Amino acid sequence: MTVTATAAPTRPAPVPAALAPSAALLPSLGAVYRAQLSRARVARIPLLFVATFQSLGIMVMMRGVVGTGPGDAGAARDVVAGSSVLVVAFVALNLLAQYFGRLRASGGLDHYATLPVPAASVVLGTAAAYASFTVPGVLVTAAVGCTLFTLAWVHLWILVLVVPLSGAALAGVGAACGLLANRQEIATLLGQLGMSAALLLGVLPASHMPQGIQWMRDLLPSTYAVDALARTFAARPDWSAVGLDLAVCAAVGVVSLALSTWAYRRAATRT
Amino acid sequence: MRREFLDNEDHCCTVRDLAKSYRSGRGTKATTVQANAGISLEVRRGEVFGLLGPNGAGKSTLVRQLTGLLRPDSGSIDILGHDIVRHPERASRLLAYLGQESTALDELTVSLAVETTARLRGLGQAQARDARDAVLTELALEPIADRTLGRLSGGQRRLACFATALVGERPLLVLDEPTTGMDPVARRAVWAAVDRRRAASGTTVLLVTHNVIEAETVLDRVAVVDEGRVIACDTPGGLKALVDGDVRLDLVWREEAPVGLPLIAELAGRAVMAGRRWTVRADPDQARDLVAQVTAGPAFAALDDFSLSTPSLEDVYLLLGGRHEGLAK
Repeated sequence: MTVTATAAPTRPAPVPAALAPSAALLPSLGAVYRAQLSRARVARIPLLFVATFQSLGIMVMMRGVVGTGPGDAGAARDVVAGSSVLVVAFVALNLLAQYFGRLRASGGLDHYATLPVPAASVVLGTAAAYASFTVPGVLVTAAVGCTLFTLAWVHLWILVLVVPLSGAALAGVGAACGLLANRQEIATLLGQLGMSAALLLGVLPASHMPQGIQWMRDLLPSTYAVDALARTFAARPDWSAVGLDLAVCAAVGVVSLALSTWAYRRAATRT
Repeated sequence: MRREFLDNEDHCCTVRDLAKSYRSGRGTKATTVQANAGISLEVRRGEVFGLLGPNGAGKSTLVRQLTGLLRPDSGSIDILGHDIVRHPERASRLLAYLGQESTALDELTVSLAVETTARLRGLGQAQARDARDAVLTELALEPIADRTLGRLSGGQRRLACFATALVGERPLLVLDEPTTGMDPVARRAVWAAVDRRRAASGTTVLLVTHNVIEAETVLDRVAVVDEGRVIACDTPGGLKALVDGDVRLDLVWREEAPVGLPLIAELAGRAVMAGRRWTVRADPDQARDLVAQVTAGPAFAALDDFSLSTPSLEDVYLLLGGRHEGLAK
């Protein structure tokens, strides 16, 4: 049986009603970014400290294997650059995948999906915030690494490019993993695997690896950020190679963020 | 279809023959579940319209369709003259939705959660701040404005989420169990805020609820939903008239009911049992007689509590033949 309400007394009312304005891309991106950034106040330990402690620990451990002499210079650069980028991989890839996985599994995406806001501003605002969470950790790791392995500080300014570009690439991958995974555990697993790959293939000196592993290393977007940073520790950096590496990061960032925006739309209106 | 919508000018929301089914399980064990099976209803402008029904009745599916989150297999949804099945993205510009989950906001302060939501509803920075301040004052949330949502009590968190639904005013509010966990003061604040918007701008409210008591006091009309269909739709008073004359006798036993007694054995045949609580519907004279017999006889020793009450929406629901024992979770 289907019962419907009976007709009501007529009241004058215009139809169709005017639509409220949508939120524009940049202002809503800014609002999402600001809100996400404020989460660091509450979740400061996982978002800011854990990754840094992990990277510092790895560098101390590697210092036992890699010396500071001229023979070990290449390895030392890889270790410091890999540990610095690992902070980005931990936060922007692993934690962001977990965050979106949790949001999707719990129905939290409905909040954004029922607001007139472009999908890109939610994904980009959140990704930008997660990339920003990595800044203090990367700076501390790079500074401690330079001290520990007596590397030159001169070109550390390159972090101004390395952090946002690797942040974009890895946050894009992390967001896509979190939004595409159909279960929260899968999102967590993908985030952890991505971070572990960045750890194992990024921190350990590439020159010591077999050829097959080197090819795998080339498939990881974090590799290009590691290589770009590692090259700048040289006395005369090969700037064109650095530029090429960063361009790869930027390209991966564009593709992965576009993919995660699509994944967000799909997850927000899944049937 | 367009003509029909124009004919119903005082309707805020018109739903026709909405159906949605999905597959559950995998492979050969997969079954098709009908989440809604031809729902039709009309919500008039300015009214508080309730959707009442047990878990799994199809209320959430209906709400997800109204809010543009889920596309129905067939049927039509018109909100204020806009076809939401064809243009689901328009829903967010016509209505504000308060879902049951707050995970997207849990790590924000109350103040920032409200301000951000206002921004994402298209308000400029200054407007968003003004709207935030106004709603925090209105709901008396100022003392906890700087506290994080996730660290608030359930009722306070719910009130903060309700505040996010109010900013960037919309002509339709879709509220999914808005007052869960709230104390009476907060509940009053919610309904006072709703009333102010109805009086000032004719806001319509679609309320999903399990809470029968609240439904009776705040709803103008209610649709009882079961197994993906609307099984009744009327004012609470109109629905209660269906069980007119009958009263409800609740008996709560200390431990086991003394079913060895003939009177109690007879009652056992017609009572709805929920643990130690038995509920019997009867006409007032018979109910009075039953109370006299139970309280005067040997059964009284086993009785913990009893009450006689006039019919509620829950009784209506039971009378309508809902497949569940009651509306309570």
